[in-house]
Order: sequence, then structure tokens, then C-alpha cells
Amino acid sequence: MITLTVNGKAHRLDVPEDMPLLWALRDELELPGTKFGCGVAQCGACTVHVDGVAVRSCATPVGSLEAGAKITTIEAIGATAQGKALQKAWLEVDVMQCGYCQAGQIMSAAALLQATPKPIDDDIDAAMEGNLCRCATYKRIREAIKSAAGMALTDTREA
Amino acid sequence: MDDASFKPSRRLFLASGMAASGALVVGFGFDAVAANEGATRLGDYVAIAPDGTVTIRAKNPEIGQGIKTMLPMLIAEEMDVAWEQVRIETAPADEKRFGAQFAGGSMSTPMNYEPMRRVGAATRAVLVEAAAAALKKPVNELTVEAGVVHHKATGASIGYRKLVSAAAKLKLPDPASVTLKPDSAFTIIGKSKGGYDSPAIVAGKPIFGIDVVVPGMKYAVFVKPPVYGAKLKSANIDVIKALKGITHVFTLQGSGDFHSLQDGVAIVADKWWYARAARDQLEVVWDDAVGAPHDSATYAAKAKELAKTKGASVASNGDADAALSKATKKIEAWFETPFLAHVPMEPQNCTAKVTADGVEIWAPTQAPAWGRPHVAKALGIAEDKITIHMIRCGGGFGRRLENDYMVEAAAIAQKAGVPVKLIWTREDDVAYDYFRPGNYHRFEAAIDGGKITAYKARAVTFARDGKVAQGAGIGPHDFVPLISENYALEQHLIETLIPTGYLRAPSSNALGFVHECFLDEIAGALNKDPFTLRQEIVEAAIASPRPVKDGERGASYQPKRLKAVLETLRTRSGWDAAKSGNGIGYGVATYFSHRGYFAEVAKVKVDDDGNWKVLKVWVVGDVGRTIINPTGAANQVEGSVMDGIGEMMSEITFDKGRAVQSNFQDIPMIRMSQAPHIDLHFELSDNGPTGLGEPALPPVIPAVCNAIFAATGVRVRKLPLLPETLSKAART
Repeated sequence: MITLTVNGKAHRLDVPEDMPLLWALRDELELPGTKFGCGVAQCGACTVHVDGVAVRSCATPVGSLEAGAKITTIEAIGATAQGKALQKAWLEVDVMQCGYCQAGQIMSAAALLQATPKPIDDDIDAAMEGNLCRCATYKRIREAIKSAAGMALTDTREA
Repeated sequence: MDDASFKPSRRLFLASGMAASGALVVGFGFDAVAANEGATRLGDYVAIAPDGTVTIRAKNPEIGQGIKTMLPMLIAEEMDVAWEQVRIETAPADEKRFGAQFAGGSMSTPMNYEPMRRVGAATRAVLVEAAAAALKKPVNELTVEAGVVHHKATGASIGYRKLVSAAAKLKLPDPASVTLKPDSAFTIIGKSKGGYDSPAIVAGKPIFGIDVVVPGMKYAVFVKPPVYGAKLKSANIDVIKALKGITHVFTLQGSGDFHSLQDGVAIVADKWWYARAARDQLEVVWDDAVGAPHDSATYAAKAKELAKTKGASVASNGDADAALSKATKKIEAWFETPFLAHVPMEPQNCTAKVTADGVEIWAPTQAPAWGRPHVAKALGIAEDKITIHMIRCGGGFGRRLENDYMVEAAAIAQKAGVPVKLIWTREDDVAYDYFRPGNYHRFEAAIDGGKITAYKARAVTFARDGKVAQGAGIGPHDFVPLISENYALEQHLIETLIPTGYLRAPSSNALGFVHECFLDEIAGALNKDPFTLRQEIVEAAIASPRPVKDGERGASYQPKRLKAVLETLRTRSGWDAAKSGNGIGYGVATYFSHRGYFAEVAKVKVDDDGNWKVLKVWVVGDVGRTIINPTGAANQVEGSVMDGIGEMMSEITFDKGRAVQSNFQDIPMIRMSQAPHIDLHFELSDNGPTGLGEPALPPVIPAVCNAIFAATGVRVRKLPLLPETLSKAART
């Protein structure tokens, strides 16, 4: 049996240790907000927080998690100040096209803002580089992160 | 039409027993089921609930292009309801009632802009007729605001919610007969509306195909041969059956139909991970000899050979060969574009349930009607016994015009005897793609007396069963006949086994690159500013319009519109003051596709190692007089521009018929730090609105390549654009 603490609630699961956290969340715990994109930690669609750190759940076997590790998913990120601000900013900026990657984007952005409340553009590039958006809403993601951080939306990179 | 069918939400909800489970009501996009309780329908598109909520159906599949929000805006506008009152539901796939339902070709706007407004106006008409009876006032004295009918003179008013029962007994007028609002009266069209599903998306609510849950369902993977058309010889099915969580393992036989089933092994499990894990133990033997001749290197060599000889004429005028033979100056170039994968973020998936009554399918698809006959044939079930729910797609890009995964899910569900959710891995998605076909082009141009006296383009593309393969067409595009009086467009075909298909801005995404880059080479040979050359070509087209053939790609081309776009772009981009050099370069390109007039200037930076970056793109486009949803429109253009840049980074190559690349580690895509600044302007012209899913994409690739030349002196004639070809050492 594996014990997972997800969004503040402990769950005991009868699953193999090599089951990726992604599939434990989606199919066992019925938390499908975390998305499957590549299965090899290349796209970031499956990003969740483990003890506040952004982690690719598709490449994280449940057996590898420390006992008592606190997992947060998109379903609960709105309960944090940064998560709530990001969700609001995402809607105000109208970031979404297909929207499939956006849960992962928001989770990476939330980890960024928790560590760096006022990120500069280089910080955003570094934190978000692992999250693919096939619709390429990157301009709006950048703006939404800045909006959530209470910063000017101007893109300060070389133009 | 049966009333019950208007509330698939409620019907499915109850029939599936999901209300009882409580935890996971997913997949149908009908999250506001309660709001629809007791609603009365007015035709196929609108229902109004006692609380005033107006449910509007979006008839086309949502793939990220924003159609689920945009089509109901058109209906709401003419109905005179407030946007806040509107809830949106995707219509069932039923072309008899809703007409064509697909996402492709940037067609939804031109096909639906007026019809959807007419639906709204006809709905308003019956409600106002009911109000006239209720208020005992003549129709022409009534006005409507935010779903409330007013008689201004007396101050009497009554809401749609109180009128809907009476209105439902009236006959909806013929939509063709109703009067539409003047544009000046618009209150919804032209105002930015955020994506309707966006609040659900940021909260992680289950609204995508991959999130669908049907009670009692199992999960499947389907292992197909890595070489299209290979045959299954053997598989260790009994070993797989014994693994944890596995419920069914069986083979399916291919139908030989390119769009339908292939040979494969279905692994069905209690949860998807068990099926996926079991697959690692699967030992399957394919007879894949059929793939042997299909190598990228072989294709390239064959193309070079073929290009030495005259190809089939696609379009011509005058005598290009004669002009070339006597020209004082001749230039020629060889261009190559690679095969590309679509890789939408959501891997292909589909959920299906087969009972004695028929088949029910939940599919993230761009074209449900194209899948239905294949499902019918594969399962031996009549088409009218197949219900397809269009579920929000995590991207499409043309891949979901094919419905192979839909047929597979249905066939697996039928054979397993349980509802099944099939999910492909990303590796499946790459291996089983209908790829954007690569192509090769030999260009020649003749220059005499400062004029382009001949333009000759010989393309080598691909064929399937002797016919031009999907996505491999080279139509006589608008501008080719405009470049020179003497032109010849020829095509050779290489028979390929590789499945090909349509990638966003099909054909144009490659042809824009080759023609617009060669045009820059011509500008160089003419010693002419490349921007000026494009403007001269457009001026010449206005002065002497070319003969237009019906149905020809680009037949609707109006050079005046491109002229205005180019003028605005020249100013906005500061082209005349832009200084290229020292690793910085500016380039321009234009391309007319999907009824959209776009021209773009790119600014790039290239370092000594050849690493290139697009710093900024200026975009000017004309898609008619009205930008229906400005935020959505801009999002499409921003995405198209960045997608185009992303297409310059990757390729799919083939080894004995199998794709060499398998996942994002070897298919680079554009990422956050590579996203350029974008300056976007819509040039409004007095034309009907047209679509934006595609036309902004084709110009960006040649604009960037032309900018690379300006920065480095290296002509880009082959994609992907690799740094080693641009390094200081590689520059001559």
C-alpha cells in the first residue's frame, strides 16, 4: 500500500510502486486536472507540487515519494494566494487556446511565484521553459504571471 | 426533432448514473446541467430557462480556436441577450441538423458568420412576437435589451424567460427572411470575450476528451506497427493477459483503409497505467518488409533525380523556358522542407461504449462526420446507430481531422464488451501520425532589363496510390502567376507509404517558405528592396488582374487588400529605418491563404555559433471588416506566428518506413524563452469576416528566413534551420 497526501488529504492506494504519480492522481484519486502530455518529463503538462516544488508527475513513481510528502494539484492550487492570483490573471489575460497544457503552466508559475514573488523575465523563462504550449500562448502566460505578481506587463526582453 | 435530444446533458447524466457517483462528472462539458433544468428550446440552437439563463449551442468542435465562444456570440448578438446570461453547450454531432461540423481550413467564420446571426435573429423574432401578444402592443413598437422586451412609450416590459413557453408554440421564421442588425448596433460582436471554458480549465475541471469517464469503463492501449501497412505475425498475448490489472488482450485486423483500422494488439486494463505497463512486456512480431524502401535519404536522392526532368504541369503561362534560355541573368535554387508531426498537447484518445442499441462515442475530434462511416464499417453497425459527442480537444492542428483513434476505441469496446477509453502514448501519437509531407523544389528565375522574365518552380512532392498525397498539393497560388508573365509550375510525385495529412495551413505552411524565400533571392538579383519588390508585384496585379479559374486555390485573391496590408506593415515595422547587420536582420514575407491577407516582418538575432532567435514579428492582416472576438483573434495570430517559428525547429525522418523521432526530446518545439515580441494590427476592409486559425502562419517562416539572410548572408533553403548552417564558420 502506498500513502499519498494530496491536497491536504491522505489516501491509501493499492498500486504498484512504479505507477507514475500522474496516473495515481488521474485514475485512482479521480483528479484529472493534471494532464498527460509526453510521459517522459519533456512537456510539463503533468506538473504538480511536491512540498512546494514543481515536479513532473508523469516521471515520478509513487514509490519514490518521501513518506509524508505533500502533493498539491491544480484542483487545489486556488487555495494558495499565488495560485488564486494566477487563476484570476489567466482569465483576465485570456491566456487559453486549447487549454490542455495550462494546468501545468499554472503549477509551474505558482512554484515560481512562491520562490520569487517578483520575477524578472529571465526568471520566467527559466521557470517556464519546461512547459510546452503547443498553441504557443507564451506571450500571454508571461503577462499573466506578471499580472498575478502585481507587476507591469511589459516584456522587457530584447526586441 | 425530439425534445429529449436537446438535453443530452441531462439524459446522459442520468442514463450513465454519474449523478450517483458524484465524484467525477466529466467529459461532457455540460457542467451547468442544473441551469438547464426546465429550459424550453427554440429551435436547435437556443433554450431559455425559467431563471433567464440562455443556453446556446456551439455547432463546431473546439480545438483551441475559440469557436465554442465565438459562434454563440453571433447568436447572442442578434438575440439581444446579455453575454452574462449565456451558457454554452457544444452541439451533438449531427450534420443533418447543424450542417457541416468540423474545425479546419479556417472555415468556421466564413461559413457561419451570417447563418449563426440569422439563427439569433429568427429566435429573437418569435420571442418578440410572443411579447407583442403578451403586452398587447405591435411588434414594431418593441425593443429588446439584455433579454427583456420593452415597450418604451408605456414603460411596459417582459423578459424572454417569461415569453419562452409562448414563443415555443410559434413557428420560427425562415432564417433567410429575417433582418440582421447593422454593424453599428453590435454590443457583443467586436467585444473581447474570454474563452467560455477557461474558468473550468484554470481550476483543472475535467473537460477534455482524455477526462471522459463512463461508468464501468476500462482503459486501453492499442499497439500498431511502427510501419504503416505492416502485418501482425505474432504476439505473446497469453503472457500479457496474466499481468496485473489486465482484463482483455486481443488482436484487431486492419481493414486496409488508410483512415481506419490497422493491424494491432489491444491491451485493456482496469486502469490505464496497467495497460501501458503491460505493453513493455509485449513481444510482437510484425511483417514490416513493406517499409524497406521508405527512407528519408532515399526520398531526397530520388527527388534530386526527378527534379532534373520536366514534371507534370500544374499551371503555366507564356514560355518560361524560352525566357530562361535568353535571359542575361539567371538564378536558381533548391529548397527542401521536412516531414512534420502534429503533436497536439493532448495525445489521441477516445471513449466508446457499444451496446445492442448502437455505439456511443466521446471523441476529441475535428471532424466527427468523417469518422462515422469508418466506425460503421469497422463495427458492422448502421451509421444512424452511432452517437458522437464532440469533446473539447487539447489541440488539433489538423491531426484530429483523421479519426483512426475513434474507430480503434469503438472496435476495442465492441470486442471487449465493455466501455473503453483508449489513450495513445506520445510515442504512438508520433509514430502513427498523418504527417505533414516533406517536399523539394527546384526554382529558376530569369531577369532581363530589371524585370523578372521567367519564374519556374518544379516541385517534388509525394503520392499515395498514384494520387497527390494528402497535404502534398501545390496549387497555382495567387502570387506565382503574378511574379512573371512567363511562369511554369510543375510537379513530380514520389509514391510514399508514409501516411500524410493536413497540418495547420496545409501546403501553404511549406509553399510560403519556398516561394517567398526565392522571391527574396530574386530581389537580391534585381538589387531591389525585397519589400518594394512585393509591393510592385501587388501593384502589377491590380493594374492587370490575372484570369481567375473557379475553384482554384487563391481564386478569391484581391490584390488591393494585400496592397493596403503591405503599406501598413511597412510603416508599423519601421522597415525603411531598420538596419540589418552584425547578427541582426530584418526580413519580410507575405502569403495569401485561407482567405486571409497577411504580411509579416521578422527581426532576428544570430550569434557566432549560429544560434538564432526571433526577437520580434510585426504582423498586419486583413480578414474583413469585423474582428468578432478581438482577444481570441489576437490569440490565434500570436499562436500562428509562434507555431510557424516552431515548425522551423523540427523534422520527422524515416528509416525503413518508421519515424525515427519519437517524443519531445527529439522533436523540439518553440518554448517560452524563444517566443518573440509580436506587434499585431488588423487592417479592416469592407469584406465579410474570415477565419484566423491559419493564415497568419505561412508568412512568418519566410520572413524569419529572409531576416536570417539579412543577418548572416546565408540563404536558408532547407528546414529545420540548424545552427551549424549559420555559424560564423559556415558563412561565406
